[in-house]
Amino acid sequence: MNKDSAPSIDIMRSQLGRARGLGAAKSGLHHWWTQRVTAMALLPLSLYFVLSVLMLAGAGRAQMAAYIGEPWNTVLFLCLIAALFSHLSLGMQVVIEDYVRSDAKRMVTLLVVKGGIVVLALACAVSVLKLAF
Amino acid sequence: MKDVREALMVGRNTEGKLVRRPLSPHLQAYNMMQMSSATSIFHRATGIALGAGTLLLTAWLVSAAAGDEAFSVVQALLASWIGVLVLMGFTFALFYHFCNGIRHLFWDTGRGFELEAMHRNGRMVIAGAVVLTVAFWIVGFLVW
Repeated sequence: MNKDSAPSIDIMRSQLGRARGLGAAKSGLHHWWTQRVTAMALLPLSLYFVLSVLMLAGAGRAQMAAYIGEPWNTVLFLCLIAALFSHLSLGMQVVIEDYVRSDAKRMVTLLVVKGGIVVLALACAVSVLKLAF
Repeated sequence: MKDVREALMVGRNTEGKLVRRPLSPHLQAYNMMQMSSATSIFHRATGIALGAGTLLLTAWLVSAAAGDEAFSVVQALLASWIGVLVLMGFTFALFYHFCNGIRHLFWDTGRGFELEAMHRNGRMVIAGAVVLTVAFWIVGFLVW
Protein backbone atom coordinates (compact mmCIF):
# COMPACT_ATOMS: atom_id res chain seq x y z
CA MET A 1 0.00 0.00 0.00
CA ASN A 2 2.75 2.42 -0.92
CA LYS A 3 0.63 5.18 -2.39
CA ASP A 4 3.41 7.72 -2.96
CA SER A 5 5.75 5.71 -5.17
CA ALA A 6 5.36 5.76 -8.95
CA PRO A 7 3.75 4.33 -11.04
CA SER A 8 0.27 5.32 -10.06
CA ILE A 9 -3.20 5.06 -11.54
CA ASP A 10 -6.18 7.29 -11.08
CA ILE A 11 -9.17 5.53 -9.65
CA MET A 12 -12.73 6.75 -9.93
CA ARG A 13 -13.23 7.04 -6.22
CA SER A 14 -13.12 10.21 -4.19
CA GLN A 15 -10.60 10.71 -1.41
CA LEU A 16 -13.52 11.38 0.90
CA GLY A 17 -15.08 8.08 -0.10
CA ARG A 18 -11.82 6.28 0.61
CA ALA A 19 -11.41 7.92 3.97
CA ARG A 20 -14.93 6.95 4.98
CA GLY A 21 -14.54 3.42 3.70
CA LEU A 22 -17.44 3.80 1.31
CA GLY A 23 -17.01 2.02 -1.94
CA ALA A 24 -18.23 -0.83 -4.04
CA ALA A 25 -19.76 -3.65 -2.02
CA LYS A 26 -17.65 -6.02 -4.20
CA SER A 27 -20.49 -8.31 -5.19
CA GLY A 28 -22.25 -6.01 -7.66
CA LEU A 29 -21.02 -7.67 -10.84
CA HIS A 30 -21.95 -11.14 -9.65
CA HIS A 31 -25.45 -9.91 -8.83
CA TRP A 32 -25.78 -8.15 -12.19
CA TRP A 33 -24.49 -11.13 -14.15
CA THR A 34 -26.60 -13.70 -12.30
CA GLN A 35 -29.68 -11.60 -12.98
CA ARG A 36 -28.84 -11.65 -16.72
CA VAL A 37 -28.09 -15.38 -16.76
CA THR A 38 -31.36 -16.24 -15.02
CA ALA A 39 -33.19 -13.81 -17.33
CA MET A 40 -31.79 -15.56 -20.40
CA ALA A 41 -32.67 -18.97 -18.95
CA LEU A 42 -36.21 -17.75 -18.27
CA LEU A 43 -36.83 -16.73 -21.89
CA PRO A 44 -37.32 -20.30 -23.14
CA LEU A 45 -38.42 -21.65 -19.75
CA SER A 46 -41.26 -19.15 -19.29
CA LEU A 47 -42.54 -19.86 -22.82
CA TYR A 48 -42.42 -23.56 -21.96
CA PHE A 49 -44.34 -22.84 -18.76
CA VAL A 50 -47.00 -20.82 -20.61
CA LEU A 51 -47.47 -23.65 -23.14
CA SER A 52 -47.66 -26.19 -20.30
CA VAL A 53 -50.34 -24.15 -18.55
CA LEU A 54 -52.34 -23.94 -21.79
CA MET A 55 -52.06 -27.71 -22.24
CA LEU A 56 -53.15 -28.29 -18.66
CA ALA A 57 -56.04 -25.79 -18.67
CA GLY A 58 -58.97 -27.47 -16.95
CA ALA A 59 -57.00 -30.69 -16.51
CA GLY A 60 -57.56 -32.89 -13.49
CA ARG A 61 -54.92 -33.74 -10.94
CA ALA A 62 -54.14 -37.12 -12.50
CA GLN A 63 -53.57 -35.55 -15.90
CA MET A 64 -51.33 -32.88 -14.39
CA ALA A 65 -49.34 -35.48 -12.44
CA ALA A 66 -48.90 -37.53 -15.62
CA TYR A 67 -47.64 -34.45 -17.50
CA ILE A 68 -45.23 -33.28 -14.82
CA GLY A 69 -44.14 -36.90 -14.26
CA GLU A 70 -42.69 -37.12 -17.77
CA PRO A 71 -38.92 -37.01 -17.13
CA TRP A 72 -38.26 -34.01 -19.40
CA ASN A 73 -41.15 -32.09 -17.95
CA THR A 74 -39.92 -32.80 -14.42
CA VAL A 75 -36.47 -31.52 -15.35
CA LEU A 76 -37.80 -28.42 -17.13
CA PHE A 77 -40.14 -27.57 -14.26
CA LEU A 78 -37.25 -27.86 -11.80
CA CYS A 79 -35.09 -25.65 -14.06
CA LEU A 80 -37.94 -23.15 -14.27
CA ILE A 81 -38.35 -23.10 -10.49
CA ALA A 82 -34.60 -22.62 -9.93
CA ALA A 83 -34.26 -19.81 -12.49
CA LEU A 84 -37.53 -18.12 -11.60
CA PHE A 85 -37.00 -17.91 -7.86
CA SER A 86 -33.35 -16.88 -8.05
CA HIS A 87 -34.28 -14.16 -10.56
CA LEU A 88 -37.09 -13.06 -8.25
CA SER A 89 -34.76 -13.02 -5.25
CA LEU A 90 -32.22 -10.82 -7.05
CA GLY A 91 -34.92 -8.50 -8.34
CA MET A 92 -36.61 -8.09 -4.97
CA GLN A 93 -33.21 -7.40 -3.40
CA VAL A 94 -32.68 -4.47 -5.75
CA VAL A 95 -36.15 -3.07 -5.05
CA ILE A 96 -35.70 -3.34 -1.29
CA GLU A 97 -32.22 -1.83 -1.36
CA ASP A 98 -33.57 1.04 -3.45
CA TYR A 99 -36.37 2.05 -1.14
CA VAL A 100 -35.70 0.87 2.42
CA ARG A 101 -33.44 3.41 4.03
CA SER A 102 -32.68 2.27 7.56
CA ASP A 103 -29.97 -0.40 7.77
CA ALA A 104 -31.81 -2.50 10.34
CA LYS A 105 -35.13 -2.41 8.49
CA ARG A 106 -33.39 -3.15 5.22
CA MET A 107 -31.63 -6.20 6.60
CA VAL A 108 -34.77 -7.57 8.23
CA THR A 109 -36.82 -7.00 5.06
CA LEU A 110 -34.16 -8.66 2.91
CA LEU A 111 -33.92 -11.66 5.24
CA VAL A 112 -37.69 -12.13 5.41
CA VAL A 113 -38.30 -11.70 1.67
CA LYS A 114 -35.33 -13.81 0.56
CA GLY A 115 -36.11 -16.47 3.17
CA GLY A 116 -39.73 -16.57 2.02
CA ILE A 117 -38.61 -16.97 -1.59
CA VAL A 118 -36.40 -19.94 -0.65
CA VAL A 119 -39.36 -21.57 1.13
CA LEU A 120 -41.64 -21.02 -1.90
CA ALA A 121 -38.99 -22.39 -4.26
CA LEU A 122 -38.53 -25.52 -2.14
CA ALA A 123 -42.30 -25.99 -1.81
CA CYS A 124 -42.63 -25.86 -5.62
CA ALA A 125 -39.67 -28.17 -6.23
CA VAL A 126 -40.78 -30.75 -3.66
CA SER A 127 -44.33 -30.67 -5.07
CA VAL A 128 -43.03 -31.28 -8.59
CA LEU A 129 -40.92 -34.19 -7.34
CA LYS A 130 -43.85 -35.60 -5.37
CA LEU A 131 -46.04 -35.43 -8.48
CA ALA A 132 -43.31 -37.11 -10.52
CA PHE A 133 -42.45 -39.98 -8.16
CA MET B 1 -26.59 11.76 12.57
CA LYS B 2 -25.97 8.13 13.41
CA ASP B 3 -24.06 7.19 10.33
CA VAL B 4 -21.55 9.08 8.19
CA ARG B 5 -23.44 7.91 5.13
CA GLU B 6 -26.33 10.09 6.27
CA ALA B 7 -24.20 13.09 5.32
CA LEU B 8 -24.60 12.14 1.67
CA MET B 9 -28.35 11.85 2.09
CA VAL B 10 -29.00 15.49 2.90
CA GLY B 11 -29.42 18.16 0.26
CA ARG B 12 -31.13 21.48 -0.30
CA ASN B 13 -34.37 21.92 -2.17
CA THR B 14 -35.09 24.85 -4.50
CA GLU B 15 -36.02 27.03 -1.52
CA GLY B 16 -32.69 26.38 0.13
CA LYS B 17 -34.24 24.27 2.87
CA LEU B 18 -32.33 21.18 4.04
CA VAL B 19 -34.14 18.00 3.01
CA ARG B 20 -33.38 14.28 3.08
CA ARG B 21 -32.76 12.93 -0.39
CA PRO B 22 -34.66 9.79 -1.41
CA LEU B 23 -32.46 6.68 -1.64
CA SER B 24 -33.44 6.10 -5.23
CA PRO B 25 -35.54 8.41 -7.36
CA HIS B 26 -39.14 7.75 -6.43
CA LEU B 27 -42.07 7.84 -8.82
CA GLN B 28 -42.72 11.55 -8.35
CA ALA B 29 -39.32 12.32 -9.90
CA TYR B 30 -40.45 11.14 -13.32
CA ASN B 31 -42.81 12.20 -16.02
CA MET B 32 -44.63 8.90 -16.04
CA MET B 33 -46.10 9.34 -19.50
CA GLN B 34 -42.65 9.25 -21.13
CA MET B 35 -41.78 6.04 -22.94
CA SER B 36 -38.41 5.83 -21.16
CA SER B 37 -39.61 6.12 -17.57
CA ALA B 38 -43.04 4.53 -18.09
CA THR B 39 -41.64 1.30 -19.52
CA SER B 40 -38.98 1.18 -16.80
CA ILE B 41 -41.41 1.77 -13.92
CA PHE B 42 -43.82 -0.76 -15.40
CA HIS B 43 -40.98 -3.31 -15.71
CA ARG B 44 -40.34 -3.06 -11.98
CA ALA B 45 -44.05 -3.06 -11.13
CA THR B 46 -44.71 -6.17 -13.21
CA GLY B 47 -41.65 -7.82 -11.65
CA ILE B 48 -43.08 -7.30 -8.18
CA ALA B 49 -46.53 -8.42 -9.33
CA LEU B 50 -45.04 -11.59 -10.81
CA GLY B 51 -43.28 -12.15 -7.49
CA ALA B 52 -46.70 -12.12 -5.83
CA GLY B 53 -47.90 -14.39 -8.63
CA THR B 54 -45.41 -17.07 -7.59
CA LEU B 55 -47.72 -17.58 -4.59
CA LEU B 56 -50.38 -18.80 -7.05
CA LEU B 57 -47.84 -21.01 -8.82
CA THR B 58 -46.87 -22.47 -5.45
CA ALA B 59 -50.52 -22.97 -4.45
CA TRP B 60 -51.16 -24.74 -7.77
CA LEU B 61 -48.19 -27.13 -7.46
CA VAL B 62 -48.46 -27.78 -3.71
CA SER B 63 -52.20 -28.47 -3.88
CA ALA B 64 -51.63 -30.88 -6.77
CA ALA B 65 -49.03 -32.68 -4.69
CA ALA B 66 -51.27 -32.64 -1.60
CA GLY B 67 -54.28 -34.39 -3.10
CA ASP B 68 -57.55 -34.22 -5.04
CA GLU B 69 -59.41 -32.22 -2.42
CA ALA B 70 -56.86 -29.40 -2.14
CA PHE B 71 -56.38 -29.34 -5.90
CA SER B 72 -60.09 -28.97 -6.64
CA VAL B 73 -60.26 -26.00 -4.24
CA VAL B 74 -57.38 -24.21 -5.99
CA GLN B 75 -58.74 -25.19 -9.40
CA ALA B 76 -62.17 -23.74 -8.54
CA LEU B 77 -60.59 -20.56 -7.21
CA LEU B 78 -58.53 -20.03 -10.36
CA ALA B 79 -61.51 -20.81 -12.61
CA SER B 80 -63.83 -18.33 -10.84
CA TRP B 81 -64.35 -14.99 -12.59
CA ILE B 82 -62.10 -13.20 -10.11
CA GLY B 83 -59.47 -15.92 -10.52
CA VAL B 84 -59.57 -15.54 -14.29
CA LEU B 85 -59.32 -11.77 -13.95
CA VAL B 86 -56.26 -12.11 -11.71
CA LEU B 87 -54.72 -14.64 -14.10
CA MET B 88 -55.32 -12.24 -17.00
CA GLY B 89 -53.41 -9.59 -15.08
CA PHE B 90 -50.59 -12.01 -14.38
CA THR B 91 -50.31 -13.16 -18.01
CA PHE B 92 -50.09 -9.54 -19.15
CA ALA B 93 -47.46 -8.83 -16.47
CA LEU B 94 -45.55 -11.93 -17.53
CA PHE B 95 -45.59 -11.08 -21.24
CA TYR B 96 -44.70 -7.45 -20.59
CA HIS B 97 -41.78 -8.38 -18.31
CA PHE B 98 -40.75 -11.00 -20.90
CA CYS B 99 -40.76 -8.53 -23.83
CA ASN B 100 -39.20 -5.66 -21.91
CA GLY B 101 -36.66 -8.11 -20.47
CA ILE B 102 -35.56 -8.90 -24.03
CA ARG B 103 -35.29 -5.12 -24.56
CA HIS B 104 -33.05 -4.85 -21.50
CA LEU B 105 -30.84 -7.72 -22.71
CA PHE B 106 -30.63 -5.98 -26.09
CA TRP B 107 -29.61 -2.76 -24.34
CA ASP B 108 -26.93 -4.78 -22.49
CA THR B 109 -25.25 -5.30 -25.86
CA GLY B 110 -24.91 -1.51 -26.09
CA ARG B 111 -27.52 -1.00 -28.79
CA GLY B 112 -30.95 0.61 -29.04
CA PHE B 113 -30.32 3.60 -26.79
CA GLU B 114 -30.97 6.35 -29.35
CA LEU B 115 -34.12 8.25 -28.49
CA GLU B 116 -35.84 7.23 -31.69
CA ALA B 117 -34.87 3.57 -31.33
CA MET B 118 -35.87 3.59 -27.66
CA HIS B 119 -39.33 4.92 -28.52
CA ARG B 120 -39.70 2.37 -31.28
CA ASN B 121 -38.61 -0.65 -29.23
CA GLY B 122 -40.76 0.59 -26.34
CA ARG B 123 -43.82 0.56 -28.59
CA MET B 124 -42.81 -2.90 -29.84
CA VAL B 125 -42.65 -4.17 -26.25
CA ILE B 126 -46.14 -2.87 -25.40
CA ALA B 127 -47.62 -4.19 -28.64
CA GLY B 128 -45.89 -7.54 -28.15
CA ALA B 129 -47.21 -7.89 -24.61
CA VAL B 130 -50.78 -7.07 -25.67
CA VAL B 131 -50.69 -9.43 -28.67
CA LEU B 132 -49.22 -12.31 -26.64
CA THR B 133 -51.75 -11.83 -23.84
CA VAL B 134 -54.73 -11.76 -26.23
CA ALA B 135 -53.38 -14.77 -28.12
CA PHE B 136 -52.87 -16.66 -24.85
CA TRP B 137 -56.44 -16.11 -23.74
CA ILE B 138 -57.96 -16.89 -27.13
CA VAL B 139 -56.12 -20.21 -27.15
CA GLY B 140 -56.84 -20.65 -23.44
CA PHE B 141 -60.61 -20.30 -23.85
CA LEU B 142 -60.56 -22.55 -26.93
CA VAL B 143 -58.79 -25.45 -25.20
CA TRP B 144 -60.45 -24.97 -21.80
